[in-house]
Amino acid sequence: MNEEDESKRHEIATPVWTEEQLKRRRQRNMAIAWTLAALIVLFFVVTIVKLGGNVANRPL
Amino acid sequence: MSDRAISTESFDAHALTDGGMGSARDFFELLKPRVMSLVIFTALVGLAVAPGAIHPVLAFTALLCIAVGAGASGALNMWYDADIDARMARTANRPIPAGRVTPGEAAAFGSILSVFSVMTMGVLVNWVAAALLAFTIFFYLVVYTMWLKRRTPQNIVIGGAAGAFPPMIGWAAVTGSLSIEPVVLFLIIFMWTPPHFWALALYRSGDYEKVGVPMLPVVAGAAATRRQILLYSALLVPVTLLPAALGFAGMLYAGAAAALGACFLWLAFSLWRSPAGAQDKAAKRLFAYSILYLFLVFSLLLAEKTLGLAPLQPILAL
Repeated sequence: MNEEDESKRHEIATPVWTEEQLKRRRQRNMAIAWTLAALIVLFFVVTIVKLGGNVANRPL
Repeated sequence: MSDRAISTESFDAHALTDGGMGSARDFFELLKPRVMSLVIFTALVGLAVAPGAIHPVLAFTALLCIAVGAGASGALNMWYDADIDARMARTANRPIPAGRVTPGEAAAFGSILSVFSVMTMGVLVNWVAAALLAFTIFFYLVVYTMWLKRRTPQNIVIGGAAGAFPPMIGWAAVTGSLSIEPVVLFLIIFMWTPPHFWALALYRSGDYEKVGVPMLPVVAGAAATRRQILLYSALLVPVTLLPAALGFAGMLYAGAAAALGACFLWLAFSLWRSPAGAQDKAAKRLFAYSILYLFLVFSLLLAEKTLGLAPLQPILAL
């Protein structure tokens, strides 16, 4: 297989994203990021709620 | 590089270019938000009428898990039913048949959210509620969507159980256990589902027939469906009075549920007696009322609890 054939095959294999696809991917990524951030906050708050006053009651 | 490796790489490239078209809104649509809203509401009522207290943050977490779990099962349902959704007018514009989301993306999305909602419920709320949520997702996907929906006209009778579980999950989130009261809430939705869906199926039977889903009007005909709707409505109304009879709802609930039930029965009766030409109109009226009816029945339970109204003395002991 010569070098030109090899580069053509790679060209076929590389996905081409349109502007619209890129925009939607950015939107999805932002949605995932916000969801993960909200989950972190939720887990933190629930931990505080479950521990209650014991949060302050620890050996220093 | 071998030819085999190249062909695999090409396939992956196609998968990438074929996918990735869905917007965040399309993925939200996969969660069936309208169905989800009724699920959240009935779960909230189960949570509110349960004895004992739950911290508002934990209550919010439980409702969030129930909402996400219900949405995940909706996404998995859309993944499995994409072939028939594409051929029905009501569902043809859903994200998968419309080509905005690939089946693989929907399956992955639904699976991840299912696991995540159940695990979060277990870790943050309790494992009884988590187990019930897992069973609900399993029931909706496997028992209803994969097994019953395309095989039997009783599909929505048995499959309706999946939509009836949320108040039980809400109750279990507070108490960590189950008793007769959440089972009664389950029964109300369970008995409500057949007349609700069959009313819809009556004026959409052409769609179901086209794709070979054996809804009752397709298999048994409109007259038999109208009879079954009346029968289930007659069973539904006494079931909605059980909360008062068992002593966990008061006078306001009993009176209003009886009046709302009488109206439901009247609409079911009108549908049963309607001449062929007026059937669709009567079915649409019953379908629209059935949504309002369930919302009001559960709202009454919530209102009584919120207002602190005393429940009636139980006349049934189970």
